[in-house]
Amino acid sequence: MATSSVEPKTAISLSAPDGAAAPVPRSRGYWTSVLMRLRRDPVALAAGFVLLVIVLMALAAPLIAPADPYKTSMINRLKPIGTEGFLLGSDELGRDVLSRLIHGGRLSLFIGVVPVLIAFVIGSLIGIAAGFVGGRVNTAIMRTVDVFYAFPSVLLAIALAGALGAGVVNALVSLTIVFIPPIARVAESVTTQVRNFDFVDAARASGAGPITIIRVHILGNVLGPIFVYATSLISVSMILASGLSFLGLGARPPEPEWGLMLNTMRTTIYVNPWVAALPGAMIFITSISFNMLSDGLRSAMDVKL
Amino acid sequence: MLTYFSKRLLFMVPITLAVSLICFSLVHLSPGQPMDAVVSADAPAEVVELVRRAYGFDRPLPVQFGLWVQRAVQGDLGLSVATGRPVVLEVMGALKNTLILATAAALIGFPLGMLFGTLAGYFKGSLLDRLLTGIAVTGVSVPHYWLGMVLVIVFSVHLNMLPATGAGPGASTDWAFEAAYLRHLILPAVTLSVIPMGIMTRTIRAMVGEILAHDFVEALRAKGLPEWRVFLHVVKNAAPTALAVMGLQLGYLLGGSILVETVFSWPGTGMLLNNAIFRRDLPLLQGTILVLALFFLALNLLVDLAQTWLDPRIKRA
Repeated sequence: MATSSVEPKTAISLSAPDGAAAPVPRSRGYWTSVLMRLRRDPVALAAGFVLLVIVLMALAAPLIAPADPYKTSMINRLKPIGTEGFLLGSDELGRDVLSRLIHGGRLSLFIGVVPVLIAFVIGSLIGIAAGFVGGRVNTAIMRTVDVFYAFPSVLLAIALAGALGAGVVNALVSLTIVFIPPIARVAESVTTQVRNFDFVDAARASGAGPITIIRVHILGNVLGPIFVYATSLISVSMILASGLSFLGLGARPPEPEWGLMLNTMRTTIYVNPWVAALPGAMIFITSISFNMLSDGLRSAMDVKL
Repeated sequence: MLTYFSKRLLFMVPITLAVSLICFSLVHLSPGQPMDAVVSADAPAEVVELVRRAYGFDRPLPVQFGLWVQRAVQGDLGLSVATGRPVVLEVMGALKNTLILATAAALIGFPLGMLFGTLAGYFKGSLLDRLLTGIAVTGVSVPHYWLGMVLVIVFSVHLNMLPATGAGPGASTDWAFEAAYLRHLILPAVTLSVIPMGIMTRTIRAMVGEILAHDFVEALRAKGLPEWRVFLHVVKNAAPTALAVMGLQLGYLLGGSILVETVFSWPGTGMLLNNAIFRRDLPLLQGTILVLALFFLALNLLVDLAQTWLDPRIKRA
């Protein structure tokens, strides 16, 4: 296992003699080694740690935020960073920016991560089905998916959200639609590769039905790569989701959300420039951490896409 | 190869139709009647009916789609609800500015990405590699609308060196490349160039690393070729993929410029789209997206054909 890190998944799948009976110990070995490799990657570890902090901060927001994120104050408007009682300054309505940043993580992470998760499920279903069935069905499904490739993702997201109208749910729906085609495409290509391996033929020859083959032989080998690919989309999704709010198509005021905060404080950059830039810094830190963790996961799982 | 070319061209027809269908459907995705932006809420029913008929919204949807495509083919995308001007004129005027912005961003981002990617791939594992990979990850992870704001804060608010918004006085009337226009172009172009820079660096780094692992590189070195000639071989092998990535990225720049255009109030398609969304100007929304998508499609086609032509290893039936 440790010596041949090139094709561990194939080797493991082949070395499971009792097929369906032993999927759990087989996958445990693989995931343990992935975790071990991930633990030796300082960049991925650091990124994971930062993400953990951001997620915990968002979850515990009401407990740790120093002030009410909705409470406005006319006399405390546009305070600079480091003001007494406003550690990271205040916004155009006198709200505490630090508290809003902490609370903002909830919505920003939610509309950034959830579309990728939903698209991962739907895209995988579509792609695996297309890849496994093959032939004309595959062509029909993938050509339909191709149509969505005619739109640059940013354009598609904004066009859909714009047509559906502003709001968190509509932003979620638009982003999900944007991410289904690329995931389906990757799922299809990985499934087609795996389907042509000898062990699938062997399983079929020994009488396994399509459901069993997909469950035992295909899923274990394709979900990893598809998942790694999906994680690499989270960073884009975070940027796009906050971008929609930044355009006024996602979260609505007075909701604390990083993109929306960036939008409302944009008008104040001549008065209070660095406070206005803070929400964007949060989006950036989150997005780059997801990217680095995804890169680490990719090399730890030795996925080539 | 000719059969591939003609097949690829033929395949464009259904894709184009499907793309038009999506653009057309956008109007009917939106909540409320498509007429809401045209007639006021308290208009009498007869007036609403009259306007509905004038815009053709009383016909069945397939008929509407057919008519829309038929007119679009003739270069008529209808009238903008907000301004009353033909959508085609609005889009073409804005497209010019977007194209200039995208090209400028490409001219900054592509050479940097190629340089960084080649160096990082060539010296994989070195300190330089780590630095360049770090820059690339930053480039793909930074919310570009925020980067634009930061650049404005530094160069416009603090240093007072460059204009923060707009495209200068002459931008909307003619092609004049005067100094004011160029000065307005710098910040948005730099902002937009960061993404293709990051993606090019990452792709080319991976590719150069892969090429260097090939046996033929070993053979070239073994026969005593100087390293810079080996390097040329690597570059030659990387070129077709680099070209494909560049083509795709140029397309993404066109679509992706919307957020940057909003930050800098750049009068391009992004701002047009933004206006169309918030004024619920549906013909303009449809038209802008259709033109951008068709542009993107054509670009993809060109890249595909060029790649097949350049790289004989790609055999496509």
